[in-house]
Amino acid sequence: MVQQAKEKAKYKVIGTRPIRHDGVDKVTGRAQYGADIRPTGLLYAKMLRSPHAHARIKKIDVSRALAHPGVRAVVTSADLAEQPPRIADLGEGSFTNMGFLCMNVLARGKVLFKGHAVAAVAAINAHVAEEAVGLIDVEYEVLPVVLDGLEAMKPDAPLLHERLASLSNPNVRPGGLMDESDKRKGSNVANHFVFEIGDIAKGFAQASIVVERWYKVSAAHQGYIEPLSATAKWNPDSSLTIWCSSQGHFTIREQTAKLLGLPVSKVKVVPMEIGGGFGAKTQVFLEPVVALLSKKSGHPVKMTINRTEVFEAIGPTSGGYVRAKMGVTTEGRIIAADATLVYEAGAFPGSPVSGGAQCLLGPYDIPNARVEGYDVVVNKPKVTAYRAPGAPSGAFAAESLIDEIAQQLKMDPIDFRLMNSAKEGTRRVSGPVFGSVGFVEVLKAAKAHPHWKAPLTGKNRGRGVAAGFWHNGAGPASATVSVNADGTVNLVEGSPDIGGSRATAAMQVAEVLGLRAEDVRPQVADTESIGFTSTTGGSGATFKTGWASHDAAQEVKQQMLARAATIWNVKPDDLKYEGGVISHKSDPALRMPFRDLAARLNDTGGPIAGRGAVNPRGVGAALSVNIADVEVDPDTGKTTVLRYTAIQDVGTAIHPSYVEGQMQGGAVQGIGWALTEEFYFSDKGQMMNSSFLDYRMPTALDIPMIDTVVVEVPNPGHPFGVRGVGEVCIVPPLAAIGNAIHRATGVRMHTLPMSPNNLQRAIAKKGDDVHWTVPTSNGASQSMKAAVDAEGIERHE
Amino acid sequence: MQAFEYVSAKSVGEAVGVLSQHGEGARLMAGGTDVLVQLRAGRRPQVKVLVDVKGIGELNELSYNDRQGLIIGAAVPCYRIYEDPTVIKRYPGIVDSASIIGSVQIQGRASLGGNICNATPSADGIPPLIALGAVCIIAGPNNSRRELPLEQLFAGPGRTTLQNGEMLISVRVPPPPANSGAQYLRFTPRNEMDIAVAGVGAAITLNAAKNTFVSGRVVLAAVAPIPLLVPAAGQALAGKPVNDETIGKAAEAAVAAAVPITDMRGTIEYRKHLVGVLTRRALQGAIQRAKGV
Repeated sequence: MVQQAKEKAKYKVIGTRPIRHDGVDKVTGRAQYGADIRPTGLLYAKMLRSPHAHARIKKIDVSRALAHPGVRAVVTSADLAEQPPRIADLGEGSFTNMGFLCMNVLARGKVLFKGHAVAAVAAINAHVAEEAVGLIDVEYEVLPVVLDGLEAMKPDAPLLHERLASLSNPNVRPGGLMDESDKRKGSNVANHFVFEIGDIAKGFAQASIVVERWYKVSAAHQGYIEPLSATAKWNPDSSLTIWCSSQGHFTIREQTAKLLGLPVSKVKVVPMEIGGGFGAKTQVFLEPVVALLSKKSGHPVKMTINRTEVFEAIGPTSGGYVRAKMGVTTEGRIIAADATLVYEAGAFPGSPVSGGAQCLLGPYDIPNARVEGYDVVVNKPKVTAYRAPGAPSGAFAAESLIDEIAQQLKMDPIDFRLMNSAKEGTRRVSGPVFGSVGFVEVLKAAKAHPHWKAPLTGKNRGRGVAAGFWHNGAGPASATVSVNADGTVNLVEGSPDIGGSRATAAMQVAEVLGLRAEDVRPQVADTESIGFTSTTGGSGATFKTGWASHDAAQEVKQQMLARAATIWNVKPDDLKYEGGVISHKSDPALRMPFRDLAARLNDTGGPIAGRGAVNPRGVGAALSVNIADVEVDPDTGKTTVLRYTAIQDVGTAIHPSYVEGQMQGGAVQGIGWALTEEFYFSDKGQMMNSSFLDYRMPTALDIPMIDTVVVEVPNPGHPFGVRGVGEVCIVPPLAAIGNAIHRATGVRMHTLPMSPNNLQRAIAKKGDDVHWTVPTSNGASQSMKAAVDAEGIERHE
Repeated sequence: MQAFEYVSAKSVGEAVGVLSQHGEGARLMAGGTDVLVQLRAGRRPQVKVLVDVKGIGELNELSYNDRQGLIIGAAVPCYRIYEDPTVIKRYPGIVDSASIIGSVQIQGRASLGGNICNATPSADGIPPLIALGAVCIIAGPNNSRRELPLEQLFAGPGRTTLQNGEMLISVRVPPPPANSGAQYLRFTPRNEMDIAVAGVGAAITLNAAKNTFVSGRVVLAAVAPIPLLVPAAGQALAGKPVNDETIGKAAEAAVAAAVPITDMRGTIEYRKHLVGVLTRRALQGAIQRAKGV
């Protein structure tokens, strides 16, 4: 169902559902993904990974591996220059501490999680490489591990990084080390910050109901279908070509170049098709390693990792703890909120706790609020971004709490949210003020939906509702459009197509030029063939690359008008461009379709191409509401999702099918996170379920059809009203399911996942209440001056 | 993946010969859905020879007669079993398990014989066969043959009591008595592509009036080092009236017999709880089938 804005009628292409341009290659299996590249002379590489979650590397002896027949090169961190612990800006949203990145790529001195890369071998085939990996002798001194965020904050916890500094800046995720002169003891707290508006003491004093709850949230893996693969060819002139699937080949280029000490112009990254990323494929893991192996061996080298390696070494999102407290008036107005989030970053700083802190109260207008976040390192793989990073866990807490309060007040949970809804002009606790947003529209659409009104009968069944907010992002983007003689155009852009952005950019070009979507031939070009384009992330590709494509098409349009004016010997201003036809405003004889003029370009002055290069502001925030019906088997604790509806403000839906697909995909991932997905570690930090068999993502048999309602409140910050749609859809499901379970069973779950085992125990014990000590603020005063000031980075939304 | 020799055996004698020659270094393969995964993961480093038995006629037999019952060749893939009209009619308890192993794709390759010889405690294929009184037909060196009740085949997780040079040829399941029924139920968090947290196979025979248990066998999966036959559960049923109290007693016996571990699939407490739930439900299902409803 699409609830269209009125002005949508003016569009011819936008809002239609053409077949995607890359569809044929993908459904026929011809699309080339990361592992599909095979340069002549290719060698195959395997990684040696740490068997321990925390250990000092005393000695690495590669001599037996090097002597193994068929082995061509071995690398360790000794081959990779040490990087200072400085923060580098690698493109919007991609601030990276090069020192930590370097140590994550190949362990140096210590291994910090099970699966941490220690060394790599290139050989004539993957089997020989695997055998040779087993011949590398590493002497470890095993150290005590810390796996839990709260445990890691204790003063006597084992330290991962002895010199780790505690920052206090929500805008800097990558962390840093203390100054040489700073003699204080390090800690595992990489960052501790507070957002605050109003006066919470005053707010809580005015509240008639105050409820405070504790939640334990769990890590979830992105579960993309394509394990990582990278191929490198080190050329004799010290230039480097890399083929890989990533969400941003430009950031892969910048990171690889920095780690290898090369200028970016010496590194070319060719984007392969990507089999899912969800935020995880935005940093280098394998690329510098295969580059070094190629340099040493003189051959191109490919490394493709398996699913176990993906689970053990390529991070999920954070697990952790959230405390949430709200004060509400008898009428149902939230007048105060206070929350603490402790997110586990894995082995290196950089959990999405800031995202969680910025988003958990996002949907609401709360005058007095305080949100405190802790980024804590533990002996687990460094977390990577995952779809609305940090937001789903925070929303699980806030939206469960709101549901509980609405029940106490005997208010309809949608009415309760409507009463407190953020609107244009509402200031968020993190500072920014909302522009045009459609939360009220989304809530009204939810309330009017047949699902909300349908009676739900039967034992052990319940209906839950929850909301979600995500601020979205953008970044620089480039595009060129060139005209073909047959009346089509080529669109060259730089956003790896992870969710249909090639089609949506092409449709924006077609809309501008009055062409059909299929008359635009889009391609995602390598780093030497298109201008800088920031990573596909923050639900930003259709926004920013769509905008660059729009601008490039506008330029083509102006040039076409000028060319027609030259041919007809009239002024360009006397011409108009409508529906793909250029015509004279007053002389009906002067009329030429785009296609006819396209055929004459070379004879009338030469080819026409337009370019777009943007760094847009004005991303629109995204808000979503989900309704879930569940049935719980009280004997086994198993939850069956009976019916599910996702309602979301999407700005303008360029291609509604892909918008609906994003909403459905986000809901499915959220349901899996809520119910069955779980990282199971031994007390030594060994992941025991590193396969899709035991890391239980839902299958098609576990999920009902996800109904979608596309609510269109155009974003005034974009030429076509686009706002990002890909991430907010994963924010509401965790609490929507939990709230439904509560209504089905009477048990309120505060622990994720709400797996059969956990839910059955909670039903038997009539609750699962989680309590933990709120961390104290010691250590927060340690500022991370050196690293932050070094490059003066500050991020604004 | 480690290097290994591949032998496609054309006769039982040939396969037994390779097994006798290589001992622990040889491993049989039917569908390969377990052993190939184990080799890739480096979990059977001793294996140097894989002996493919799919080409041996006797191991592909699937037949029934009223005298000896059902013969399931060790290499018969699951789909042939659950699509067989006789199995569907007479042994729905076997269909229960054969149709939930792995996925549809896996069921096209995987055999119950492989499921048995892989000998994991969580194997779905085994409990209903034991409950139905299945007997293993085992070949050994010098053309020897022996029979062994299936419940006696298991020595521990991944280990059988087969001797060097022995192989499973088939299992024989007796003809179902009148007024009998069987069901296998497992619990998994997902609806497919999953491994049992706990599983229960139950087979019962009722009297002619269908109000009293003549006999019953209850077998548990994933809650002991081996697929676990619980004689006490059968004793709780024999001669007792068909009612919730009798079923409850049998379930209590099953719970008492279960000795699960805590792992990524469930805790001890939860697994024991599930054994009670599943035993009651599997017995109810078996009763329904015995009554023909």
